[in-house]
Amino acid sequence: MCLAIPARITELEGDRAVVDAMGNRFKAKTTLLPKAKLGDLVLVHAGFAISTVDEEEAKKTWQLISEINEFMDTPNKVSG
Amino acid sequence: MFDRINKAQNLMASACKSLDRQINIMEVCGTHTVSIFRNGIRSMLPKDLRLLSGPGCPVCVTDQGYIDVVLQLADHDDCIITTYGDMIRVPGKTGSLETRQSKANVKVVLSSEDALQLAKDNPDKTIIFIAVGFETTAPATAVAVKEAAAESIENFCILSGHKLVVPAMRALLGGKNHNIDAFLCPGHVSAIIGSGAFTRIVDEFKRPCVVAGFEPLQIIEGLAEICRQLSAGKAELKSLYDAVVTEQGNTVAQKIIADCFEPMDGYWRGLGKIEESTLELKKQFFRFDAFKRFNITEVPGEELGGCRCGEVLCGLIEPPECGLFGKKCTPQKPVGPCMVSSEGACAAWFKYGR
Repeated sequence: MCLAIPARITELEGDRAVVDAMGNRFKAKTTLLPKAKLGDLVLVHAGFAISTVDEEEAKKTWQLISEINEFMDTPNKVSG
Repeated sequence: MFDRINKAQNLMASACKSLDRQINIMEVCGTHTVSIFRNGIRSMLPKDLRLLSGPGCPVCVTDQGYIDVVLQLADHDDCIITTYGDMIRVPGKTGSLETRQSKANVKVVLSSEDALQLAKDNPDKTIIFIAVGFETTAPATAVAVKEAAAESIENFCILSGHKLVVPAMRALLGGKNHNIDAFLCPGHVSAIIGSGAFTRIVDEFKRPCVVAGFEPLQIIEGLAEICRQLSAGKAELKSLYDAVVTEQGNTVAQKIIADCFEPMDGYWRGLGKIEESTLELKKQFFRFDAFKRFNITEVPGEELGGCRCGEVLCGLIEPPECGLFGKKCTPQKPVGPCMVSSEGACAAWFKYGR
C-alpha cells in the first residue's frame, strides 16, 4: 500500500520544497511536517513529506523501491 | 544478519511447535505483500505459519460502486478526471478509464496538488480528483481542499474514497468466519496514525499487533515477535519501525484530516459496509465534494463476473483459488483490482507465487 519515498530536501521556500530521491528531483510540500528543514531526509508520499527518516533507513527503502520498480514494470506506482 | 534471521526462524518454529496448530498472520499493507514475495519470505517460514494478505491496498479495497461512480463522472465532457495511476486500470461495468472512451479528459497525477494546479490552469473545466487511499494520502487531499477553499478555486472537487485502516481491521475480527491470529501492521500508515492507534485492536480483540517497516529482516523479525507473543498467550502492541513511526504519529497530519473530514460508514470491497471507516468532507467543504456537486450517491457494487477479490482481501482464499486467476485475469488484462495494483495480492502471486 502506502510506500513513501525517502528524499532529501534540497530547496525549501515556505512549505514548498524540492527533494532528491536516488538522483531524481521533484517537488514536495512540507505542510504536514512543519519542522522539516533544508538538508533533512524525509519520507515523501503523494507529494507530501510525512515523516523524517535517517540515512540508513532511507538507503534500505531506496533499495526496496528499485526492486519493486523492477517487480512491476509500470509507471505511476504512487497510490494510496 | 544471518544470525538474526536464524534467531527469528527458530522463534517461529518453536511457536508453531508449542501451539501445534496453524498460525495465520495478516499483513495489512500492500507493500508488505510485495516485499514478502519479492524476498522469498514465505519460503523461510515454518509450514504451519500462513500469511494472509489483508485489505492493505487502497485500490483493491475500493468498492466496485465507487469505481462505477468514477466512470459515470467520466461521461461529463466539461470535466477533467485526475487520478493516481493504478485507478485508471480498474474495470467497472463499462470498462476502465484506460480502456473506455471517456468524454472527460483523464489525467494521471502524482499528488492532489497537481490536481489543484490543473484546476487553476483550466478555469473553464471542473477538475475532479479521485481521492483514494488510507491515512497516508488523506492529509494530502485535505491540504488541497483547504487551499481550494482559501483561494476560492471553485472548479476543483474531490470524490472521497478515503478509508481508515483500523475500522477495517476491527470489522475483520468482528466477523464470524475469520481466522486471523495477529496483524503485521502497516509502516507508512502508522507514520501518520501512530502505532498507538492499534491499541484498540490489542485490547478489544486480544490480537498481537506488530508494526514493521518494509525491509525483509524487519518483516521476518515482526513475524517472529508475533509468534513469540502467541506462544506465550499474549497480545501486545509492538513497533519495530522506530526509524519512522512514533506512538502518536504525525499529529499535524491528523489535525488536517480532522479539520476537513468526518468518519462515515462506508463500503469496502469484500468487507461490505463498515462503521465510521471512510472519510467524507465536512459541511463547510461540501462545495468541493464531487458526490454533492454531481448529486451522486455511492451504492454497493457487485464484483464483476466471477472475480473473488473480496474474499482475497478478507484472507478467506488465496489468489490461485479464484477461477479467473492467471487465466481470464492477468496483470496485462486484469478483471479485479487485486490484479491491477502493483500492491495487490493477486499481482504479487501471479509474479512470484506460482
